[in-house]
Amino acid sequence: MAAPDFEIPQFQEHAVLDIPKIKEGAMSHIKSFVAGQSAQEYLGYPWELGENWKERAIERMGEVLKKYRSVRVFLDACVHCGACTDKCHYYLGTADPKNMPVARQELMRKVYRRYFTFGGKYFPWLVGAEDLTEEVLNDWYNYYHECSECRRCSVFCPYGIDTAEITMAGREILNYVGMGQKYSNEILVKVQKVGNNLGLPGPALEDTLAGLEEDIEADTGVPVKLPLDQKGAEILLVTPSADFFSEPHVESLIGYAKVFHAAGASWTLSSLASEAGNFGLFNGNYETMRKVAMRIRDAALELGVKRIIVGECGHAWRVAYSYWNTLTGIGYGGEDPYSQMLQKQLDHRYPQPMHICEYTWDLIQKGVLKFDKSKNDHRIITFHDSCNVARASRMGNEPGGQFTIPRNIIRAVANNFYDMDPNTIGESTYCCGGGGGLLTDDLMEVRVKGALPRMNAFNAVVQQNGVNFLALICAICKAQFTKVFPYYGFDMSMVGGVHQLVSTAIELD
Amino acid sequence: MPTIEVNGKTIEVDEEGYLVNLSDWSEEVADFLAKEEKVEMTPNHWEVVNFLREYYNEYQIAPAIRVLTKAIAKKLGPDKGNNKYLYELFPYGPAKQACKIAGLPKPTGCI
Repeated sequence: MAAPDFEIPQFQEHAVLDIPKIKEGAMSHIKSFVAGQSAQEYLGYPWELGENWKERAIERMGEVLKKYRSVRVFLDACVHCGACTDKCHYYLGTADPKNMPVARQELMRKVYRRYFTFGGKYFPWLVGAEDLTEEVLNDWYNYYHECSECRRCSVFCPYGIDTAEITMAGREILNYVGMGQKYSNEILVKVQKVGNNLGLPGPALEDTLAGLEEDIEADTGVPVKLPLDQKGAEILLVTPSADFFSEPHVESLIGYAKVFHAAGASWTLSSLASEAGNFGLFNGNYETMRKVAMRIRDAALELGVKRIIVGECGHAWRVAYSYWNTLTGIGYGGEDPYSQMLQKQLDHRYPQPMHICEYTWDLIQKGVLKFDKSKNDHRIITFHDSCNVARASRMGNEPGGQFTIPRNIIRAVANNFYDMDPNTIGESTYCCGGGGGLLTDDLMEVRVKGALPRMNAFNAVVQQNGVNFLALICAICKAQFTKVFPYYGFDMSMVGGVHQLVSTAIELD
Repeated sequence: MPTIEVNGKTIEVDEEGYLVNLSDWSEEVADFLAKEEKVEMTPNHWEVVNFLREYYNEYQIAPAIRVLTKAIAKKLGPDKGNNKYLYELFPYGPAKQACKIAGLPKPTGCI
């Protein structure tokens, strides 16, 4: 690893970090690459600030306020109590006061007051209202790309203000005036043109899957299949495309395939919908999010599947669980013939969609899957709750199922499991530091520093319990920790998926 | 758009140093990009770079890490066909750093 050109934060003795003293402007030098013409044009946005950018920004803000009344409520409701200030991993890791959630929101709130409230229009100096200037716009760009939309601060807000929605609104307005982010927007083009965030075309996917089938058979002696575009299959699995491409992601894909094999299930992947992720969420643009989600509905209809299962991807599960209904399902419009068709086609004895962890846990409870837990004995495991799964979705039929089900699976397939400090898991989980469109090399300093609260709590279980494996259910978390671990002195092979553990222990006939 | 200068020829690269036009690639360009990355090219590095280019020509995408490690195991022996060895060759990660030197676009997504 090349020496970083920034200081790596130090671990503290306790699992929960002390609140740092503020360092004004500590992260103001960070600016994620701005999207170029081709990506912006494809998404229907300009690619540079035009002369009338300010009018356009205010106009878009007005539209956003109308469309999402929640944003207006959140902008009005804050009383600056400060409960959120020390809850953000980016603030804890960088000490930049603009990364306090209240201050990050204030960047927009002061502009909102100026143009949309009585007091701000006539007495701006009395109410903390400010003109939208290029300097303010640049602040938006910097700090709305130092928020991973993880919503930890919202858990502690007495008014329930969802900071992520402010960030999303900020990014939407930035896109609208020509300041999109290169990383997210190029991905949004690829997923719509090719079918996945990686830009992995069908033939490459086919070749990759065939190679994995060979590997599994060489490893286990069992011909486990990874079917692609199989019409009439019962289950469509949509999973992040990183599962086809990266380590350790691919180990979980092998795990899902083994589970399907052991259950005797008929399943398929789709080349049209070879991506579960949906960066439309990160950008706060509902129409883009719908276009990306539509591919999955199209694939489900074309293949005639009865069930849709989502692989290990945090924000994909949020979009599937919380938005699919209104994006592309029956909630999109009872009149829409395709949503009706899909509703008729799906088997409603099962939750639709279903998370792969729900599926595997269900089979474990029914006694369908057999494991040799000792095969995971070389691992001492802890589990990181992914933000979007933890705070924006559910699994199973019980409240908190999204916390218990992945842990139940781990305990069913391995003997050594320890949770991290309770203040850092469950609904209080820290973000990995790379979520929400921040998983890009140009934001490495933000990512490394933002990972500090999680790394500190992880370090505590490493010291106390000898933990050597961080189990995950999100492609972003996997990529982020693989990259960030070495900065904190840990080996990247300590990072892996929950279904990687399943894959290690499962017994196949 | 930033550029690099190799053997008197001006070549366009993006903000992160990846070639804008794949056809601008040559072994000299690869050597130049490797130096910028502080990677010293050995025959084993070239095996990886050449395989990436062959695969890209066929599939218009860099190979998945598994596909790459298997191909390298065949060419350089099973002890070298693993992620760890690839990271020894390309410390910033085989997917991104080796692709840059091979003149391929940067793989994107949750990787």
